[in-house]
Amino acid sequence: MDSTTKPPLFQDTTPDALHVRARIEAFNADYANAIDSDRLEEWPRFFTEDGVYRVITRENRERGLPLSLIYATGRGMLSDRITALRTANIFEPHVYCHQISATKLIGRDGNGWRAESNFAVFRTLISGPMIVFVCGRYVDRLVEGDGHLLLAERNCVLDSRQVDTLLVIPV
Amino acid sequence: MDTPAFHQGGDTALGFEWPGEDVSRVPFQVYTDHAIYDAEQQRIFQGPTWNLLCVEAEIPNPGDYRTSYVGNAPVIVNRDETGQINALLNRCAHKGSLVCYKPHGNVRELTCVYHNWVYDLTGKLTGVAFKRGVGGKGGLTEDFDPSQHGLRRLRVETYKGIVFGTFSDETPPFVDYIGGELAACIDRVMIKPLKVLGYHSQILPNNWKLYSENTKDSYHASLLHVFHNTFGIVRPSMGGGIKLSPSGWHHLSWTERVALDDQSTTREKVRSLKDQYKLADPSMMAHKLELGDLVTNSIQSVFPGTVIQQIQNCLAVRQLVPRGVDRSELFWTILGFEDDDAEMIEHRLKTNNLVGPAGFISMEDGCVGGWVQHAAQSDPASRTVMPMGGRTIEPSQGSRVTESAVRGFWKAWRECMHV
Ligand code: FES
Ligand SMILES: [Fe+2]
Repeated sequence: MDSTTKPPLFQDTTPDALHVRARIEAFNADYANAIDSDRLEEWPRFFTEDGVYRVITRENRERGLPLSLIYATGRGMLSDRITALRTANIFEPHVYCHQISATKLIGRDGNGWRAESNFAVFRTLISGPMIVFVCGRYVDRLVEGDGHLLLAERNCVLDSRQVDTLLVIPV
Repeated sequence: MDTPAFHQGGDTALGFEWPGEDVSRVPFQVYTDHAIYDAEQQRIFQGPTWNLLCVEAEIPNPGDYRTSYVGNAPVIVNRDETGQINALLNRCAHKGSLVCYKPHGNVRELTCVYHNWVYDLTGKLTGVAFKRGVGGKGGLTEDFDPSQHGLRRLRVETYKGIVFGTFSDETPPFVDYIGGELAACIDRVMIKPLKVLGYHSQILPNNWKLYSENTKDSYHASLLHVFHNTFGIVRPSMGGGIKLSPSGWHHLSWTERVALDDQSTTREKVRSLKDQYKLADPSMMAHKLELGDLVTNSIQSVFPGTVIQQIQNCLAVRQLVPRGVDRSELFWTILGFEDDDAEMIEHRLKTNNLVGPAGFISMEDGCVGGWVQHAAQSDPASRTVMPMGGRTIEPSQGSRVTESAVRGFWKAWRECMHV
């Protein structure tokens, strides 16, 4: 898991840092757009080849418990999630609407950056009901890919321990 | 197996009668009726049943506590100075506030924040704020006996590191409750001191019984959850079956790697057997044999709402908490062994992808109950029909295509509910 050192109170606002932050915000918009538009097959490509994805509750994380709801290491496991969703798993069809905000550039981390962003995801079932499905924070490590950023690690930390019904579309 | 002797003529106070003689037909009313829901709290959850509270490893030290539930009753489980585990109704004897509103912690005593009544860890009332009043006015009168105003205690039994509680004096000892054969099945899995790897909680949009039935419904396993088949992880040489407690109340469904004579998996009937799909990364499917046998899946229920699970290397206990007539919360505590090395923990964390609210082979159980609930509401007088494997409640060797264990659930339900 990522470093738990305290983030700086104020983030770097030099033009270079703001530029990085803007790129991360653009990245998150692309990420949300792909998922919310049901282009889920593209989702693994937001990660590095061995990128790590976790959906973990805040409770587990703060208690130092390693368990995630979803834990994938590498694009293979990420794409398996999508293949299973398309071909095997049964659920009422639904869509997400991601709201991602308050992106904070924590700092450099080796060859990449650490950043955190808040998210809220509305879930709309095909039968109509709409709820705030999850909200929480992306705790990310991003690296330079081929002309754009990629996730070396994304931890989706859910504020609530409760998942309504099931979790199949990635957060 | 004996034919159960049910109370005849229904229950006037409840205004509900079981239609017909056997338990292979269940009226939808039991999933939608508020009076039945309320009666279940008293007669089942606070009746002669053992209910999962936690695992011992969650409260290793004196003063450790966590909150839990038995049915809809909030409960505190703690370890006191003597090492004894206590389970107490989490409801202040004064005005009924929750005594512990934080989910876990370490305390010397239990203090209700509302008016500062203090209890020791066994639930005894040890302090009442301003009991002598102020300036000689107010306070308790002499006829108040603190020994009569403790926190209500549950009986507790720990089995293989798993802590169970019961409100009733009539519940038989835990091993008698589930029977020796099923107790041995817990022994088989819980071979070493446990360690908690983390928690999931899942809101199920359905009556609690629909999930309890689902866990005992070995018939649906390969039909609804098609993950294995889709990815060509077809295992024709799988044996297994159903074990039942002598009472029929509790069950175990297992599969194991042994050769069967017949190719009985009726492959053509299983929806979407799409052998063309392959897992890009099958590492989570690896099964490190650690229990001295070839059993891959073992799902064990303890009536009314406990499940003890081994799915390959994913060990867990599940606790089902009713949250209203059409809503439940399912708590998963995912376990490893205390002596797991880093590699084994990593492997267990990966296999956990199979289970929980996002589990490849479990997520469907989150929604099917809701679909039944949704449809049941329209016509509570109609009935389900559970004909697989006949109308009896019997174990099954070699096949899991039976609804025997579900019928066992309804036998338990009727016996507790007196209907
Ligand atoms: S309600 Fe607990 S002290 Fe009054
Ligand atoms: Fe299931």
